[in-house]
Amino acid sequence: MKAMLNVALPKGRLGQQVYAMFDKAGFPCPALLEDSRKLIFENADAGVRYFWVKPSDVAIYVERGAADVGVAGKDILLEYRPDVYELLDLKLGKCRMAVAAKAGFCDDRRKTLRVATKFGRIAAEYYASQGRDIDIIHLNGSIEIAPILGLSDVIVDIVETGKTLRENHLEVVETIVPISARFIANKASYAFNQARLEGLYHALLAQTEEIV
Amino acid sequence: MSGAGGVLRYAERIGVALCERYRGYGYAQYKMSKFEEYDLYARNKEFLVSDTVLTFTDLSGRLMALKPDVTFSIVRNSRDDAAGVQKVCYTENVYRATGGSRSFHEILQAGLECIGDIDDYQLAEVLFLAADSLRLLARPCVLTVSHLDILADALARLGLSDAMGQRVLTCVGEKNLHELSALCQEAGAPPEAVDRLLALLRLSGAPEAVLPALEALECPAAALAQLRRVADCLESLGCGGLLRIDFSLVSDMNYYNGMVWKGFVDGVPEGVLSGGQYDRLMHKMGRRAGAAGFAVYLDALERLGEDGPACDVELLLLYDADADVRAVSAAVQRLVAEGHSVSAQRAVPEKLKYKALARLRGSEVIRLESDA
Repeated sequence: MKAMLNVALPKGRLGQQVYAMFDKAGFPCPALLEDSRKLIFENADAGVRYFWVKPSDVAIYVERGAADVGVAGKDILLEYRPDVYELLDLKLGKCRMAVAAKAGFCDDRRKTLRVATKFGRIAAEYYASQGRDIDIIHLNGSIEIAPILGLSDVIVDIVETGKTLRENHLEVVETIVPISARFIANKASYAFNQARLEGLYHALLAQTEEIV
Repeated sequence: MSGAGGVLRYAERIGVALCERYRGYGYAQYKMSKFEEYDLYARNKEFLVSDTVLTFTDLSGRLMALKPDVTFSIVRNSRDDAAGVQKVCYTENVYRATGGSRSFHEILQAGLECIGDIDDYQLAEVLFLAADSLRLLARPCVLTVSHLDILADALARLGLSDAMGQRVLTCVGEKNLHELSALCQEAGAPPEAVDRLLALLRLSGAPEAVLPALEALECPAAALAQLRRVADCLESLGCGGLLRIDFSLVSDMNYYNGMVWKGFVDGVPEGVLSGGQYDRLMHKMGRRAGAAGFAVYLDALERLGEDGPACDVELLLLYDADADVRAVSAAVQRLVAEGHSVSAQRAVPEKLKYKALARLRGSEVIRLESDA
């Protein structure tokens, strides 16, 4: 029997897309597609075990070795800096990390800029690179209402289509970095399973080259 | 079980065994103070695994640190003698903020430092002892090695600014070739230099596969020759199977130079051994000599050890309030002499886990229950 490759997948639509790529890469596990509340799925013949985890937790599972590989958003990798290999941009879940503000916002550089965000590290490093003094306000959700209620001047958040921003009368002021799903690996697992992970890498790479 | 083996934790026993092994190769055991002046670390923070240091003011008003690293202390106390080598090994606790906890931990590590005129033999010996340290754990293991002079040469050909070079180096450490390409393109690096660096990073594997491929990349001849000589020597010592060359292994190039390495053992999700040549640190500290060494992170091995005891005591011996003291003592002595661990009590303590329960009647031990 093959040694098990443990794969942490992000729950949700992105996870389903990612699984389709792994399936095509030679790591099928049909049970995963069944309608169930199970979180762990195994195909002993293919030597693979998948588990669904919260997208923001994938990197932790991989860094701590509970998963050999996984798929995490670039936003999470930039924010938490896990000590993992970032092997491939899967070109799925494309969006961007952006600064947004109320329509017509003008930055008064004489004042400290108040920034509401879930991504404190990304925001801090971005503004530090510009020498801008900021006050970070950590929020866990509904970031968009912070400028409207006067809690912050701007927000730093993920923008996909911009629909939520528009509906809340906000607009993108600056793009910080493009975001997409990344194929990551635990460093120790890579050392012990290099041939297998390189095979998986090449199979996924071939698929990403078909994605425009 | 009796003796120190039963009292010491698995990690501590490994530490003792490692130092024993190092002493066999002429490494003198080094004992150091828990504290050093903070200034020593403040000037060299980038060299530290964690940049946070636990400090306090001593009775004379000096700012002191609980040592976050062993190498600095050894280097500072070494003779500044460029001829010959000083060899020391240690098992010491260091104090660092670890992981995401943002709190300090006491971390046990063992290791060795070889300071002085580091020739190929000395380097090969240090690497052999690193490989041997991994083998001592009796599990599948890998020793990944890189040569920073080869990587530095490939990076220099890109002609990047310091800031962009740092970003590219981060990508190197992550095997993040897609962003590395994009950054180099953005910075206008020569395409042939970018391709060369990508080719170098794609070379990862056993020395017999990687070394011939390195020839084609026109790497710095001296570095390549050194890598080959050391790999050959380790092969002759029976460690060749553990070696993997991988240029994504990066260390701070302000401190390290030449060969660097990292050890992995199956079952531990992070590197358990880390080391390299650090002539640049020596020179920063005003020393003329070179140096090489490594540390084994014993705490990371904690979960590899045997399972903890299933019970607190093997036998709980109950005696009555009016029992004769000499009879209780004699029964306990007899059971201990037979090799049991015994706790003599008048009642069963809450939460005490025991394998067998017995009661003392006069001088006779009567077994009441047993989970065996």
